[in-house]
Amino acid sequence: MDATIENIAVKQRANLEVFSGTLQQLAQNDRDIIVVTSDSRGSGKLVPFGQKFPEQIVEIGIAEQNLVGVSAGLASAGKKVFAVSPACFLTARALEQIKNDVAYSNNPVKLIGISAGVSYGALGSTHHSLHDFAVLRTINNLIVVAPADNFETEQAILLAAESDIPVYIRFGKKQMPLLSEDEKTFEFGKGRVVREGRDITIIGTGETVAPGLLAAEKLEREYNVSATVVSMHTIKPLDYGLLQNIAATGRPIITVEEHSVYGGLGEACASFLIQNNYHNRFRIIGIPDEYTVTGSQTEIFNHYGISEAGIAGAALGLVQ
Amino acid sequence: MSEKELAQKSVEYRKKILKYIYQAKAGHTGGSLSCIDILNVLYNYTMNVDAAHFGSPDRDRYIQSKGHTVEALYVVLASRGFFPESDLDTLCKYQSHYIGHPTRKVHGVEQNTGALGHGLSLSVGAAIAGKLDKRNYRVFTVLGDGELPEGSNWEAALSASHYKLDNLCAILDKNNLQITGPTSAVCNTDPVDEKFEAFGWSVRHVDGHNVGELMAAFDALPFEPGKPSMIIAHTVKGKGVSYMENQLKWHHGVPDHQQYADAIQELDLLEETLS
Repeated sequence: MDATIENIAVKQRANLEVFSGTLQQLAQNDRDIIVVTSDSRGSGKLVPFGQKFPEQIVEIGIAEQNLVGVSAGLASAGKKVFAVSPACFLTARALEQIKNDVAYSNNPVKLIGISAGVSYGALGSTHHSLHDFAVLRTINNLIVVAPADNFETEQAILLAAESDIPVYIRFGKKQMPLLSEDEKTFEFGKGRVVREGRDITIIGTGETVAPGLLAAEKLEREYNVSATVVSMHTIKPLDYGLLQNIAATGRPIITVEEHSVYGGLGEACASFLIQNNYHNRFRIIGIPDEYTVTGSQTEIFNHYGISEAGIAGAALGLVQ
Repeated sequence: MSEKELAQKSVEYRKKILKYIYQAKAGHTGGSLSCIDILNVLYNYTMNVDAAHFGSPDRDRYIQSKGHTVEALYVVLASRGFFPESDLDTLCKYQSHYIGHPTRKVHGVEQNTGALGHGLSLSVGAAIAGKLDKRNYRVFTVLGDGELPEGSNWEAALSASHYKLDNLCAILDKNNLQITGPTSAVCNTDPVDEKFEAFGWSVRHVDGHNVGELMAAFDALPFEPGKPSMIIAHTVKGKGVSYMENQLKWHHGVPDHQQYADAIQELDLLEETLS
């Protein structure tokens, strides 16, 4: 039986819980930290926040356009605003507010897309966000981040709080393993190498880094194939320096994302590689352009090869 | 400024709106002429905001939801010293910051608007921040009647009353025309006063071209403690230029040489009667 994320030994909390805890720490010392929710404080694990800091939470009700517009207005008056809503609604329903009121007007709202990707599993496509990287990448003046583990999530929230330009951060609600002992550095726009290898590079983002790491271990264990694994937590600005170093090795590259194969991490990497004359063997793993299969997040991941077996299989196909 | 001075200022602004639209060969003529008296009274009488202290956290905020009538905002900001009026010679020209909708690249502009139905949410956010910080500033926004079908307006209207934002004043520039035709025929929003009242707002009607009525309405803010205020300003699209008034083609029509000369002549005559 293939290992799954659930089987990784060192499990930590869900990134969502880390987000909520980090926000409480921030709010304790900074009255300008404001959370804005669209009936989403429960799903955002923000009920304790609301109880502890009732003056620092603004409930909008189920009205995502207004959520983002009001957040922009609050930010314009100096508030450090975390607009929290399921990624699917935040980045589709309120896309024009993100584009105009947040990014174009440069109101540095921290847009928090919770239960991102296919976290909502069998609730179906209305609740999936497989478009957010693609649409948000095209919007000027917006940092796009998908932290992989608890460390990256905490760091991303801390950095976003002080960012003077808008940031979008998306994560899921599943418990995540700690990916690396290296907890020293985290910067927007700088990918993290969480495993060094010699034969192939697996570039994941968000909750796909963990299966990438599992695949790397399986490749080493069973096939003597040594894989580098990168957490490319920032989709924009993409870490071109790191990509260049990876490409210069000439080794194959696999990208893995909880997103449509169109317009996300994979195509962003491919664009850079092609335009810089790198011709590494290359494969994008993500959700294909089809009516998404029904299942839990793990089942959907497994179905589309965002899994230990799927990624390892793709890697073997490239290294031969 | 006194009521008389404000009335004179409005004529001056109308001439400038026409001048820069004529020069640029672009602009939203009719709507700029319908909202200019509102902006005049806000910036020259009501609001606590000036160019030297625009960064002050205590300034009153003005957010123009109907961003396309930016020419009205530009001539008012220029006259209040936010930037040299000569900057407007670049209106809509290559690489100019003075584009066809408000942007913060222009000193004095609070928010980048232009897509309709955004100003009220932004204003609600700024007003909530004022309440949280216990600051006394007020937030003003001018909405067009044509943009009211945008659902985001009604989301924001709910939040404004939910949070008892009596530091928020929306002014509806009700000129009854939009690009397709009469607003009542495109998507009727009347009785709009009852709708806002039902959403928890305190509503008053004014003649949107009578500076005295506008002054009195702004002086009376908030109309009711604990409620956001809505001023329904009854206006005329193209106001001040007889051949433009209530004519659909002047939504973004640009006067030719003769039309421009005729308009200025008419406004000059009006100016004489006011002096």
